[in-house]
Amino acid sequence: MTGKLIGTIAHRGAILVYIAFALFPLFWLLKVSVTPNDLLYSEGVRLWPSRSTFDHYHFVIENSAFPTFFKNSLIVASSTAFAVTVFSSLAGYALSRFRFRGKYVIIALMLITQMFPLVMLVAPIFKMLSPLGLTNSLTGLVIVYTAFNVPFATFLMQSFFDGIPKDLEEAAMIDGASRFTAFRQIILPLTLPGIAATLGFVFTAAWSELLFALMLISGNASATFPVGLLTFVSKFSVDFGQMMAAGVMALIPACLFFLLIQRYLVQGLTAGAVKG
Amino acid sequence: MASIELHSVGKSYGDHPVLEGVDLNIDDGEFIVLVGPSGCGKSTLLRMIAGLEDITSGTLAIDGQRVNDLKPKDRDIAMVFQSYALYPHMSVAENMSYSLRLRRKSKEVIDAAVGSASQKLGLDPYLARRPKALSGGQRQRVAMGRAIVRKPKAFLFDEPLSNLDARLREQMRAEIKRMHAELGATSVYVTHDQIEAMTLASRIVAMNAGSVQQIGSPLELYDRPANLFVAGFIGSPGMNFLEGRLSQSNGVSEIVLSNGIQVSLGRHVARADGEMVTLGIRPEHVVAASSGTGVEAQVELVEPTGLGVILHLVVHGESFKLFSTDRMLMQAQGAIHVTLPQSRLHVFDKDGVRISEDDV
Repeated sequence: MTGKLIGTIAHRGAILVYIAFALFPLFWLLKVSVTPNDLLYSEGVRLWPSRSTFDHYHFVIENSAFPTFFKNSLIVASSTAFAVTVFSSLAGYALSRFRFRGKYVIIALMLITQMFPLVMLVAPIFKMLSPLGLTNSLTGLVIVYTAFNVPFATFLMQSFFDGIPKDLEEAAMIDGASRFTAFRQIILPLTLPGIAATLGFVFTAAWSELLFALMLISGNASATFPVGLLTFVSKFSVDFGQMMAAGVMALIPACLFFLLIQRYLVQGLTAGAVKG
Repeated sequence: MASIELHSVGKSYGDHPVLEGVDLNIDDGEFIVLVGPSGCGKSTLLRMIAGLEDITSGTLAIDGQRVNDLKPKDRDIAMVFQSYALYPHMSVAENMSYSLRLRRKSKEVIDAAVGSASQKLGLDPYLARRPKALSGGQRQRVAMGRAIVRKPKAFLFDEPLSNLDARLREQMRAEIKRMHAELGATSVYVTHDQIEAMTLASRIVAMNAGSVQQIGSPLELYDRPANLFVAGFIGSPGMNFLEGRLSQSNGVSEIVLSNGIQVSLGRHVARADGEMVTLGIRPEHVVAASSGTGVEAQVELVEPTGLGVILHLVVHGESFKLFSTDRMLMQAQGAIHVTLPQSRLHVFDKDGVRISEDDV
């Protein structure tokens, strides 16, 4: 009995330590964002400044291009998440259910695309997008992000489809559904956890992507927020307070997004479908 | 309801044939059971009728119409899966009404159909539940309910009872039989359980290694199995097989078993003297005789089943079984005398094909 209790305490304790470790940078972000500039270097290392202020937030919202960055990021990240989820669920379903010529070649090609460091591809992609007028445009970013995320998301979705018994859509097809109707009405609702995971994964990846956003976009009008954060870095100083305030605000949509999808992430929807 | 005709239907994956030339005419209202060991192609055949597998060669017709290239949804058949395949995100009522909703039936029609099916299957209290809140037997009923609300042309069953425990299986078996008697629906039922096949079928199709071995009523298969496979597959405990050589004398054939014992068939078998044959007799047809008649057999093992007793016997190195409801035999030990009634003997030629009684 006591052994079990000690085990529980040790278990919870370990989790607590991990959470503290993982969340500390976020706390520091928050702390710096509310620290007035005059206290930032003068107070030494403290867990909370002696005087806190929302001035940085006011400044960022009212006097910087951050709202534009924020809007751009939201557009790019949600469009990418949406496009990737549509493509990868269709492709993942095909890989999971159909036998077709060239299937393994396609899988191999998709794997190969994941093997290169992205830096290598910046120049060729710029060269390709430039004549199409897709540099310095959000559409261009969405296309690039979608292309890079589809392979992994497809494999992710495929594994979720693999977990759903084939019998279910066969039963639906015998009940009178076409394959697509069976996919839409029977399989997709059961794949919600997978869709949520894919949406979340792609959204965060697109939300925080810096390399391509930096290389393909020039000028504030279509910059995304990771690029925007760099504007707080000037030649001679870094405005940490404002940068952190912008960072905190940038966390909000990602947090909201995960709050929205978390109930699908944890649900075991297929329970009771077949024997067991 | 409908008839289903298969004309030399075959299936292969690449060069690898899994089903060869199946010919079968299923009449309107018949209950056909496809039976055979796993991997014999029975489920594949069923899935071909359903439209879930392509037909490589031959013709499949439902109600006289060729349906080879028709999608499952357009064949108007219902199927009960081994796994039940209930839609987990739908309630019992929604599961049962899915096919009708796809056909855009009115709410009144749907409610009436679901109501009568759920009443028939005793599912009324569970209509609002999700499948995961049901027991195995209840899920099985929902799967049946989903099939019957539609009044389809035919019912297909893919080992629907094999996930249930023995008691429930017996109960559902009777229920399926009752339902068939009531609805008179053309049914094709796949199982590897020969008891299910015997009890349910109007005709059994015994299959092995991708081809049909025999088609006939349960008693035909039991009384006159067409070959060694069917003889061995139908019946439990399985038929005894004893190898020997045919010996003809004075118009009456005899089989000389490998241990030297002679078994007279009491009739003439039109095969060459000295041909290798297999003698078959069911354990329940071996008779324990009073001493002095028949042959002496050593009792090796006694298996009481409650209903009766299975004796494992050895006669000069040749082992076989006897089944009897005579409880006295439970005390059997040492040696007993047995006879093999001539009318119960089956003879198979060297290729395992039955030598018919009429084959004179």
